[in-house]
Amino acid sequence: MELFFYAQVLLHCLGGGAGFLFDQQSESANRATHFLAVAAGAAGVVFSLAILLTGKPWIFELQGSLPVGPLRFVIDPFSAFFVLTISFLSFAASLFAVGYTREYQRKKNIALLGFFYHIFILAMLAVVTVQNAFYFLFFWELMSLASYFLVVFEHEKPEARSAGTLYLIMTHIGTAFIAAAFLLLYVHSGSFSFDAFRFAAATLSPAVKNAVFLAALIGFGTKAGVIPLHIWLPQAHPQAPSHVSALMSGVMIKTAIYAFLRFLFGFLGEPFAWWGHVVLALAILSTLLGILYALMENDLKRLLAFSSIENIGIILLGIGMALVFRVFHQPFNGGFALMAALFHVINHAAFKGLLFLGTGSVLHSAHTRQIENLGGLIRKMPWTAVCFLTGAMAISALPPLNGFVSEWLTFMALLLGFHGAGAGMPFFSPVLASLLGLAGALAATCFIKVFGISFLGKPRSEHAVQAREVSGSMKLGMGILAVSCLGLSLAAPQALKILAKIAGTLAGTDIPVETVTQRIFLISPLNSSLFSPLAVALVLLALLAVIMALPRIIFGKKLVRTGPSWDCGMPALSSRMQYTATGFSKPLRRIFSFLYQPTRRVELEDEGHEMLRTAQRFEARITHPVDEWVYRPLAALVSELSQKAKRIQTGHIQLYLSYIFITLILLLLFLGGHSS
Amino acid sequence: MNPVLLSFLQLLFLMILAPAISWFIKKMKAASQNRIGPKLAQVYADLWKLCRKDMVISETASWIFHAMPFVLFAATLAAASMVPILWNHSLFGFMGDAILFVYLLALGRFFIALAALDTGTTFGGMGSSREMTLSSIAEPALLLSFFALGFHARTLSLEGMTAHFANASSLQILFFTSLAFGSLLIVTIAESGRIPVDNPATHLELTMIHEAMILEYSGRYLALIEWGHQIKQLVFLTLLADFFFPWGIATTGGAAALGLSLVFYLAKVFGLAFVIGWIEIHSAKLRLFRAPDLLTVAFVLAILSLLGQLIIGRGV
Repeated sequence: MELFFYAQVLLHCLGGGAGFLFDQQSESANRATHFLAVAAGAAGVVFSLAILLTGKPWIFELQGSLPVGPLRFVIDPFSAFFVLTISFLSFAASLFAVGYTREYQRKKNIALLGFFYHIFILAMLAVVTVQNAFYFLFFWELMSLASYFLVVFEHEKPEARSAGTLYLIMTHIGTAFIAAAFLLLYVHSGSFSFDAFRFAAATLSPAVKNAVFLAALIGFGTKAGVIPLHIWLPQAHPQAPSHVSALMSGVMIKTAIYAFLRFLFGFLGEPFAWWGHVVLALAILSTLLGILYALMENDLKRLLAFSSIENIGIILLGIGMALVFRVFHQPFNGGFALMAALFHVINHAAFKGLLFLGTGSVLHSAHTRQIENLGGLIRKMPWTAVCFLTGAMAISALPPLNGFVSEWLTFMALLLGFHGAGAGMPFFSPVLASLLGLAGALAATCFIKVFGISFLGKPRSEHAVQAREVSGSMKLGMGILAVSCLGLSLAAPQALKILAKIAGTLAGTDIPVETVTQRIFLISPLNSSLFSPLAVALVLLALLAVIMALPRIIFGKKLVRTGPSWDCGMPALSSRMQYTATGFSKPLRRIFSFLYQPTRRVELEDEGHEMLRTAQRFEARITHPVDEWVYRPLAALVSELSQKAKRIQTGHIQLYLSYIFITLILLLLFLGGHSS
Repeated sequence: MNPVLLSFLQLLFLMILAPAISWFIKKMKAASQNRIGPKLAQVYADLWKLCRKDMVISETASWIFHAMPFVLFAATLAAASMVPILWNHSLFGFMGDAILFVYLLALGRFFIALAALDTGTTFGGMGSSREMTLSSIAEPALLLSFFALGFHARTLSLEGMTAHFANASSLQILFFTSLAFGSLLIVTIAESGRIPVDNPATHLELTMIHEAMILEYSGRYLALIEWGHQIKQLVFLTLLADFFFPWGIATTGGAAALGLSLVFYLAKVFGLAFVIGWIEIHSAKLRLFRAPDLLTVAFVLAILSLLGQLIIGRGV
């Protein structure tokens, strides 16, 4: 078993350097680096599955003269679950990358892309396994920096550079808060090791606890893209190469979920009720605003990034409920809510990874991410279309795919609040659940727009006409994820058996497997309702077979003629007469206009008379309230303060030296006063 | 009788009865307009004739267009198979609860909205956009009214909820769930594409929603869509009957109980169809951007139903 662990680490290390052995812009570099990533991913899947199935943690320790003690990795089932998610998605994404990276051949340094790609994956793996706050921060930073370089990989584009800068700033603000949280724990426990944190958790004072909670919430919330800390996410994720976007949206943001759970259910001891309420409030805000903004987006990758915010919200709904239940000493319910959150983590990785890879295929062959310029791709790229449709159905929570299973679990987790977990919960929990239903319905609308406008109908641009199906490795990468979307749903009872143990350990209770799943059924703790994804799939399949066969038997095969679509007697429907993505989302833009505050501007140019019009320009935009009301004033404030601070910066080095001198003296005085 | 066979037969019964409900509403409307209206056999003859006809299919259409009628019908039927009709068991009730029911309908809707975009016409896109917009708002209302009822019944399984209400005392039911009834009734109107949300009898681009989506369909496919739509309408009426007028539903498979249940069931669903028809006769179709207000009313009613139960307590 440990052989696979070493194999994974070694293959990533080799893969990072492999590209440099060849011509750095060549196909060989591409193959070397990405096939090694595929192998590493496969090794990771085997290794983590072995740990999950046996339930025995595996410890790897690097002794020696290291700065803050031994480098210790503990892969317990909880970590192994995240290792599985990361490895599985990186396996599929790397396979996809073999074909996708051909785009960059002779144009970009592929060896360098591979280098950062491997570091990125390895750092994520380290983040979810390392057991020491100091090294955690090191790997966290490594992960952020590697992903920064991947975001700005196409640095010749100005939008990639500006997105990268924003990402770098936001991620460091986040890291600062995480460091603060760890330092507070360090002061209390006197050690950087996670075990010490856990050991000292019971004796934390309420004030420190609250401070650590808030710092962790802001720090990890920034990485996870929780609204209002999300602004970097829809900018940065789309700029990276598509297989990297898949990893960033599919798993990188989940590392924050991992760490947040470690804090909440390990380092912080007993939580306070308001923590749960704050998490739930942020969760529902992210869920609704995330999908509402995704709906208005016409850039495929930005749309997917916004939808990642929605899904982080759904995961946090489970975590928030788990906190509330913990406060009210309902460990079983808490464990159930965690199970829902964890299952959504891997499900979201599967379908969001799939959608990003599908978008990558579209970008690869049609060279545009704008939905409005696509159309009719289902004929040119049938394989991509089927895979993308699977992902779209899964993310819209349609049975019998995996998205529905974890949303069903989240519904159940929320509705468990029915039976009382503090004042108001019996009322708020069903309302939150119905808002989750609203988000699900909006997600369906959103992805009908995406699939319907870009894959169906007639091509809207020359790019879409020229599109061709992608190469074998890309098809395989998407195919694996598409199958996993169905597989994770059908195998949900098996998955829950594993998750029940992990969630039980976190929630500090034992969740008997037979209380959450029996044979092919998932059991709702809400009194006897059962749900079986397998039964749903079989019933749908059987009904489909009967419905397709019966009319044919009774009425025989009928003549089918093809003709043009109904054009109201006005010949030659052109592709520009089709409904547009902007038009599709118009009714919702109007209904939620209080939120979007849409504005539009029509400019008409004419030659002296309105009949002699030469040009028309139409511009419509919507407002992003968080950007508008939080970040814009904040940026203005910062630049104003900087203007004021400019006064003490004269450019004379003597003056700067004296500043340093004065600061030192003040610090010494402070320390002197402190120690006496 | 064998329970599985019985459950299967009641589903078959529902499928056969569904067009008759549509006929009943048509007939009511005709009577209110001093027309004679179609005969009962006409609705069945229409479906039969459509099934025998050849089809014309748009050359822009892909396999989605061909798959949609089957997926829609299968999803609707799967949802219908979870609902207790004549006795309080259902064929596939074991596979899930009310949430699954809602999302099975969403599966059908997903495909019908996609197929509408498949032919590349403005009509399809328009219908698709409007349908998804309205259903986005109707779906949470539907879920919340299920939650409000489930809160009372302490289960979300459709069979369990039906059994609960069948055994509860009648006053209690009226008192606690009348608000949820209003909510579910509005959702029923929206889901079955009736005035004041949608107009099933129009082909004007300004007003149509459901009809716009299926404009390109003909022959056998159209028959499946129409029939599926009628089944969905009857399923919603059956749910209303199960939860709010639970009297008379058979709890055993005996012939006498089933016979009584059949009479009660027909009275209930035709009574509810009368209400739908009455609303349709007496109101005008709402403007598209007024319809969300109506659906919001459904949402608020469900919230009130829940709040009422919480304040007064469910132990009453």
